[in-house]
Amino acid sequence: MENIVSPENLVYQKPTLLNDTDMHYCPGCSHGVVHKLIAEVIEEMGMEEKAIGVSPVGCAVFAYKYIDIDWQEAAHGRAPAIATAIKRLWPDRLVFTYQGDGDLACIGTAETIHALNRGENIAIIFINNAIYGMTGGQMAPTTLMGMKTATCPYGRQADLHGYPLKITELAAQLEGTCYVTRQSVHSVAAIRKAKRAIRQAFENSVNRRGSSLVEIVSTCSSGWKKTPVEANAWMEEHMFDFYHVGDLKTVES
Amino acid sequence: MAKMKGTIVVNTERCKGCSLCVVACPLDIIALADKRVNRRGYRYVEQTNPEACTGCTSCAIVCPDGCITVYRKRVES
Repeated sequence: MENIVSPENLVYQKPTLLNDTDMHYCPGCSHGVVHKLIAEVIEEMGMEEKAIGVSPVGCAVFAYKYIDIDWQEAAHGRAPAIATAIKRLWPDRLVFTYQGDGDLACIGTAETIHALNRGENIAIIFINNAIYGMTGGQMAPTTLMGMKTATCPYGRQADLHGYPLKITELAAQLEGTCYVTRQSVHSVAAIRKAKRAIRQAFENSVNRRGSSLVEIVSTCSSGWKKTPVEANAWMEEHMFDFYHVGDLKTVES
Repeated sequence: MAKMKGTIVVNTERCKGCSLCVVACPLDIIALADKRVNRRGYRYVEQTNPEACTGCTSCAIVCPDGCITVYRKRVES
C-alpha cells in the first residue's frame, strides 16, 4: 500500500490556496465545500494574484482566513457595493462576493438587486441555507413555508411571516445579469456542476461580461438540528421542490 | 487485466467526523474511528478496507474541510 502513496500517483488533494487554518464551520457545513471549489477554480484559472473576494457578515465572515487571496470585509449586506468599487477601480481583477442568505437576501437585498441591475462585472456566490446560521437558527427571508426555526417554532406561516424570497429568480429578470444559476453541493455530481458554475461566473467577471449570480442551495446542520448526512437528505427532499436547481439565465456573448 | 488501486490519507487533525465521506464512498470502506478522537475532540474517519479502494476521489470531493488526499495507481494483475 505504501508504494501507492507517492507524488506521481496523487489524484486529489486540498487546493493549496485553501490554507491549513482550521475552519470554524460546523462539521459537514456546505461552506467548506464551496470554499474548496472557489480555491480550486482560482488555482485552475491562474488568478491567485488577481482575485479579490468580498466576505460578508454571517458564518462566512472569516472566509478571508481560509483562502489565500486578497479579501475585503464588507458591512452587513453591502458586499456587492464594495465589490462594485473594487471592480471599477481594478477592471482586470477577478472580483467576487461570498454571501449567505441573511446577508444577501435580507439586509443586502437593495445592494444586491442594484449591483446586478447595473451589470457590474462581479460574481456573487450566494449560499442559501434558508436560515440564519451564525446567530442561532432564526427565520430568514428564504426560510421555506412551514419550516421550523428558533423564531418561528410552529413553522413559517404566510399570514404572519410572508413568503420565502426567490432572489435568484428576481436576478434572472434583470438586464445587467449575464449568468444566473442555482446549484447545490450535496453529492459528487452536484459538486462538479457547482464548480463549473463558479468557473463560468468568475470568467464572466474577468472578461467583463456583466453580473453573475451563483446560488448554492446549502445545508445548515446545526440550525436545522440534524446530522450533516440527515441535513443533506432533508435538503434534497424539501429545498429542491421550492429552489429548483439549474441555470436560470445564460447570455452568450 | 489492469486494475485501479487507490488509497486515501486522512488529515485526522483537520477532520471533524461529519461522515459525509462515509456515505459518499461507493464501496463503503470508510468509517468513523472507534473510540479515538483528535485533539479537538472529533472522531475522525479512517479506511476500513484499504485493499478495496479504487481511488475514485468521491470521499475527497465531498469533504468540506479538504482532509482527504487520494492516490491512485494502475496495477497489472
